[in-house]
Amino acid sequence: MKHLIAAADLKVDEIQKILAVAKIFSSYVGGKNAGEPIALLQGKTVVNLFFENSTRTRTSFEIAIRRLGGGALNFSASNSSVQKGETLIDTAKNIAAMGAHCWVVRHASAGSPSVLAKNTSVPVINAGDGFHEHPTQGLLDAYTIQEKLGKIAGKRIVILGDIAHSRVARSNIYILKKLGASVAVCGPPTLLPPNPEVLGVDFAYRPEELLPQADVVMALRIQLERQNRHQLPSIAEYSKFWGLNRERAKLLKKDAIILHPGPVNRGVELDPEVADSPTSVILDQVANGVLVRMAVLATVVNEEGLNQWLSQKGHRA
Amino acid sequence: MPNRLSGPTESILIRGGRVIDPSQNLDSEQDILIEDGKIAAIDKPGAIPASRASKVIEAKGMWVLPGLLDIHVHLREPGLEYKETIETGTRAAVAGGFTSVACMANTQPVNDTPYVTAFIRERAKSSAHCRVFPIGAVTKGLKGEELAEIGGMVSEGVKALSDDGMPVMNSYLMRKAMDYSKAFGVPIISHAEDWNLVGQGVMNEGPLSNSLGLRGNPAAAEEIMVAREIALCRLTKAPVHIAHISTEIALEHVRRAKDAGLPVTAEASPHHLTLTEECVGTYDTNFKMAPPLRNEKDVEALQKAVAEGLVDVIATDHAPHGLIDKALEFDQAANGIIGLQTAVPLTLKLVHDGVISLKRWVHALTVGPSKLLNLPYGTLQVGKAADVTVLSPKEIWTLDSSHLFSKSHNTPFLGWKLQGRIDKTIVGGKIAYDSDTK
Repeated sequence: MKHLIAAADLKVDEIQKILAVAKIFSSYVGGKNAGEPIALLQGKTVVNLFFENSTRTRTSFEIAIRRLGGGALNFSASNSSVQKGETLIDTAKNIAAMGAHCWVVRHASAGSPSVLAKNTSVPVINAGDGFHEHPTQGLLDAYTIQEKLGKIAGKRIVILGDIAHSRVARSNIYILKKLGASVAVCGPPTLLPPNPEVLGVDFAYRPEELLPQADVVMALRIQLERQNRHQLPSIAEYSKFWGLNRERAKLLKKDAIILHPGPVNRGVELDPEVADSPTSVILDQVANGVLVRMAVLATVVNEEGLNQWLSQKGHRA
Repeated sequence: MPNRLSGPTESILIRGGRVIDPSQNLDSEQDILIEDGKIAAIDKPGAIPASRASKVIEAKGMWVLPGLLDIHVHLREPGLEYKETIETGTRAAVAGGFTSVACMANTQPVNDTPYVTAFIRERAKSSAHCRVFPIGAVTKGLKGEELAEIGGMVSEGVKALSDDGMPVMNSYLMRKAMDYSKAFGVPIISHAEDWNLVGQGVMNEGPLSNSLGLRGNPAAAEEIMVAREIALCRLTKAPVHIAHISTEIALEHVRRAKDAGLPVTAEASPHHLTLTEECVGTYDTNFKMAPPLRNEKDVEALQKAVAEGLVDVIATDHAPHGLIDKALEFDQAANGIIGLQTAVPLTLKLVHDGVISLKRWVHALTVGPSKLLNLPYGTLQVGKAADVTVLSPKEIWTLDSSHLFSKSHNTPFLGWKLQGRIDKTIVGGKIAYDSDTK
């Protein structure tokens, strides 16, 4: 795999292999092979090129890179020449000239990873571009659902919140649908795409219609500035009608699980009691994120090495 | 710099070409004699003795058209000379077959006073390769707050008014501008988009904007504004011209206005006639325009509207931008593309494909724009200025950046195979572009 830019472009077998490799890696992180190093990124420098703030994703990639023996270089736009007006392309070309082996890119403008792929010869992993995609989040959510529910095919997944402005929703929809799930989205009409049916999903404006059938509820973060752009009368009103509070959580099936990509606005999209309840798998998502990103990094930066390693160790992915 | 458009001219005989001039309902082989910068005679092949001319242009197999007019270009001078100058922009114009261009007011400073108009006129006189007609701002600084000095600008040569890329959102002010402009006989050209509804949209709103994660600009933003301009036209009876119309429903608004006899006209750009929003899929910023590229249905409706004459004018919206404006993230890049050297082959394709009649196509590039700006050009009638475009209609060529005379190369058509090439462009009896010598 040359790049990972969009989940829309992933084939089913590519998704399944990444999830399988992540599962294999899990035994080297905390399982029976714990402590045995996986040196698939030995001698490689992976640059975390972050033009937007991030805690979870950047740290997760950084840990994943180190666990594979690679060097992680963290670039953040806020203390760089971007502040002096350097363009995205110049910034990337300059770092590439120093010898980068992979970009992990987070950028507010949709399409930026494609711009980098076109203008440098370095493989690109998209860590979130505008409202477009966040493929590793989609993969780690799929991994988590598979881990918790045993399978994804046939499961009903409800994504709740700001779908229109969510890269997480898009990547999840593509991946989960490819894996056979039935997906529905829900949110205020101002925060749904103008024509949700083109995503190939069901939709409803009110969560009560969808929650009773859900196997998985994925609550998305509400950007607090939405109120200023006439998308919501108030955050309180969002919470009242769409927030996953204790009352609405009662509508869920007994074994349903709750996901959230973080960071959680407690009391807005999730009540604290729900976020911390046993049905919530938010911290599992975070832990799995490292495994999935290890699998993605190994696949993009050193696919040949990964395949050799798998056969040497007798793993089947 | 020398004044290219005045001084002595030679006498030229254009021989054996197919002359297509909708202004006199002409489409046949004719010879044309040019003397003293004017059309001196037009007659059947062989009727004008070659001895009357000091130069003969053999036009066998060529089409000979009235010099083309483009009423929507951005020449960027004064103030943005890194993108284009009057000299480079008009050089691209003549290479593209245009003998007259009208330049938009969004220069720095804005063309909103007689002084800036006079500057543009003087710069054109000393450096332009073709005729240049400035378009004045509707409002001071294109800010949509106060009327610009419309009368003064018209006195200095402004032929139309427009805030182009900055639509006048205040309907009261637009109404006053339309009322006021009636005293000076110039039309208002509207870049019709409701700015609030456009919001931060950067491409056509629809399934594709959604999957690309780019903010959508809905067709309704254009349709609302076209409907408003028509309502104000009905109120004021002032002529209004809709620039680069792009949606099927906006075209329906114009159709109803025209049926009602209102002085409403519209133009189509070559890119809106050629490309759909699908092109944006690669995030190539050379597909970013305002209004945005629409869907297939809109493109078909637009082609049909040109064919029917519902759209009066083809105009390029030639919008040069440097790499610093375009080599950026899609949502941060500037809108627009250059178009002067590709307009003829791109729209001629519609003629070759049988979508638009040849006569209608020439009309939209000559009589249509000339009438709109009340200009005495766009015709080969005897006694009129000798502005002539000679076109090799079948020639196939591939666009390369080395062909471009514009300072900016922001075009999505590089590498495209195009049919129809400008052979010669004559402005006021002088050869302004010759493909044999460049």
